[in-house]
Amino acid sequence: MIETAQEKEGEGRIGLRMEGISKRFGPVQALQDVNLTVHEGTVHALVGENGAGKSTLMKILAGVYGADRGRIEIDGKVRSFTGPEKAIEAGVSMIYQDPDLAEHLTVAENVFLGNEPRGALPFMIDNNVMVNNTAELAENFHFDIEPGAVVAELSTGDCQVAEILKALARKASIIVMDEPTSSLSESEVERLFEIVRRLRSNGISVIYISHRLEEIVGLADEVTVLRDGQVVHSEPMSKLDIATIVRHMVGRELTEFFPARDVRIGETRVKIEGLNSGAKIRDVSFEVGAGEIVGMAGLVGAGRTEVARAIFGIDKKATGKVSLDGKAVTIKSPGEGIANGIAFLTEDRKRTGLCLNLACSWNITLAGLDLIGMSRTISPAKENGIAEKLGRQLAIKWAGADAPAESLSGGNQQKLVIARWLLTESRFMIFDEPTRGIDVGAKKEVYGLLNKLAKEGKAILFISSELGELLGVTDRILVMRRGKLVGNLKTSETSQEEIMHLAAVEEANE
Amino acid sequence: MSKFVRQLLPFGSLVLIICILSAFRPDTFLTMDNFLNVLRRSSVYGIIAIGMTFVIISAGIDLSVGSMLALCGMAGAAVMEAMGGANPQGASLVYGTIAGIGVGVVCGFLNGVLITKLRLQPFIVTLGAMSFYRGIALVMRDGQPINIADYKYLGEGSILAVPVSIIIFAVITAAAIFILRYMKLGRYTYAIGSNREAAFHAGVNVDLNLICIYMFIGVLVGIASMIQVSRTVSAQPTAGLGTELDVIAAVVIGGASLAGGQGTIVGTIIGTLLISFLRNGCTLLGISTNAQLIVIGLIIVIAVSVDQLARSKGKELQSTGS
Repeated sequence: MIETAQEKEGEGRIGLRMEGISKRFGPVQALQDVNLTVHEGTVHALVGENGAGKSTLMKILAGVYGADRGRIEIDGKVRSFTGPEKAIEAGVSMIYQDPDLAEHLTVAENVFLGNEPRGALPFMIDNNVMVNNTAELAENFHFDIEPGAVVAELSTGDCQVAEILKALARKASIIVMDEPTSSLSESEVERLFEIVRRLRSNGISVIYISHRLEEIVGLADEVTVLRDGQVVHSEPMSKLDIATIVRHMVGRELTEFFPARDVRIGETRVKIEGLNSGAKIRDVSFEVGAGEIVGMAGLVGAGRTEVARAIFGIDKKATGKVSLDGKAVTIKSPGEGIANGIAFLTEDRKRTGLCLNLACSWNITLAGLDLIGMSRTISPAKENGIAEKLGRQLAIKWAGADAPAESLSGGNQQKLVIARWLLTESRFMIFDEPTRGIDVGAKKEVYGLLNKLAKEGKAILFISSELGELLGVTDRILVMRRGKLVGNLKTSETSQEEIMHLAAVEEANE
Repeated sequence: MSKFVRQLLPFGSLVLIICILSAFRPDTFLTMDNFLNVLRRSSVYGIIAIGMTFVIISAGIDLSVGSMLALCGMAGAAVMEAMGGANPQGASLVYGTIAGIGVGVVCGFLNGVLITKLRLQPFIVTLGAMSFYRGIALVMRDGQPINIADYKYLGEGSILAVPVSIIIFAVITAAAIFILRYMKLGRYTYAIGSNREAAFHAGVNVDLNLICIYMFIGVLVGIASMIQVSRTVSAQPTAGLGTELDVIAAVVIGGASLAGGQGTIVGTIIGTLLISFLRNGCTLLGISTNAQLIVIGLIIVIAVSVDQLARSKGKELQSTGS
């Protein structure tokens, strides 16, 4: 059933109306007759699985792509964008997942980039005006940011604030945020929500794209669900709940989201003792048994990734004892880590995971050429066969194993990295935020896979910022705070509150 | 598929140039002598360009190859002279050749170590090395060349009527294609160039592979240098001025991206031949060497921009949006 939110009594004016938008990329119909109505001064959540067409729709709104068909009305006026500048002129600003700022310039310089106030002489920029206007703008919206700060030194959260200021300076009436919380810490997320609400009360419409549905519940006024390039549902948030949204997203009931844990935990496979690395991690010790999934919780910056890096031999300064299956090992580089049977799936698949312009098959075999008997010469036919097999096993959607990794959607790219580490047949696997930025269906597959790997007797360390999935998937949860291990809890006997308390609250004697 | 189409473009232009020249100057251009001559001249640049392909795929650059060319030649010739006196013969020529190539290996090793261990940018390191190696080549004999009258085999010798230099060029080409396609070094070269961090996290010994790549280009410069010395029967300290730019041009025309992760040996060979035939054709058509620079400059920019265009078109088709 396709329905569109219509103007309700007292819902205010329509800020944006997109009608009958269609877009085709080669053989793929990315969008089909999509209608989207956003009221002025509301937060409109746009949800859907990866590949559902959210980003394409927003790129059309931002003038990056042209639509094949359909029309866009802003404040009742029909607009046609021939480029991003036109969209900005019409009051549409995009805030992407990764900040789109000039790193070496200050906040004020970024806010007025391309729009600098003129100085006393031609070709001069009036720096004072720029800084003052930025400060004034920030104050109007109660943003806490230093206009003179250099962007490279800002946190991700502050970068987003700078982006939002940039949008406001351009008199944006519609701000699109694409996965804005995916790389923020908990406190930064709270601040962002506060900012979004403030934008709304100032009459600005926010289109909010996120995979974290819990966020949407508290934030959005209306929700539009896209599936396979079509709008499948659009309704005020007050009439929806998460289960309904998920049902619309995947087109089926997602029963038993987390797999049942029915694995017998065997002997200790991994023993970490006294792991240290400067101030980043201090005296961390824990064990993981065969078939056990151990979660690791903590705020951003608590040192979770650093623990993984130290174990895997990336952090050269790290000290401590690592034993696998009762034998002490020294690991000085990722290569040695792999040789000892450790796998480390990094949290940022674009930056540290994939060679995006290379073939999927090449990405899959990158860590395991030696292990599949190709340390001397590579047999492309055999390599392709191995990749195809893993692709089928993980149900990776690709044009073929020789397609470049960048042509895959986020969830499928993540599967590509997983395939790489399945190939190395490791005994200890570290997953760092494996479900970040992937859709619900793919998440479920990842959980199932973790369970399956545990069943095979592997020891698994699962680092995540989403407490829900930690509680749903793991046997035990380790909690990190400021580089220290502050909790080692049985999953069946703990709660979100207890973990959050341990992760976030300083004890008096510290 | 799209890779194939992209390579078709430089190849098509190469064929086109040959056709045009054959039509206009059938008597001088379309002769065995002329073709062998062009190939022989290509061999020096081509061998270096093969090494440069590896470097550029790894997202690096080597600006020092021209200076290295001069230094290897001077060092090799100096060894020949030291061992064989005023008119070196036989074994001393062989040892000198090995010494010249060895100097190339050492130069490449130095570049590689500085780039990886000090984490310096390849552009900066090899810019410094360019001046440094040239300086040594000039200081060695106070700017004078070394003549080795009987060192002719590499430059003028032939096996079954095929010039030795062309045979060496062909063998190196085949070896390089094999390394790049079927060996770990080649695979890791692509991986490092595409995403160095990802390669590192996947267990690739990035530093070791990069040092190997710079040593590999060093060996090739050494070989090319000895061929060059042999062709002119003298080592010139000013040899190879500007060679780095010609070589980089050939690689880029062949479809490699300076951003790394992209490029093929076949493309580079086509790029090298394209430039060589263009030069040859210009000469035969009576276009001065000065004017040739204009033509070659235009070709580089046209080739690369057409390639970019084809690439972005391909991207748009590939991306399915999300």
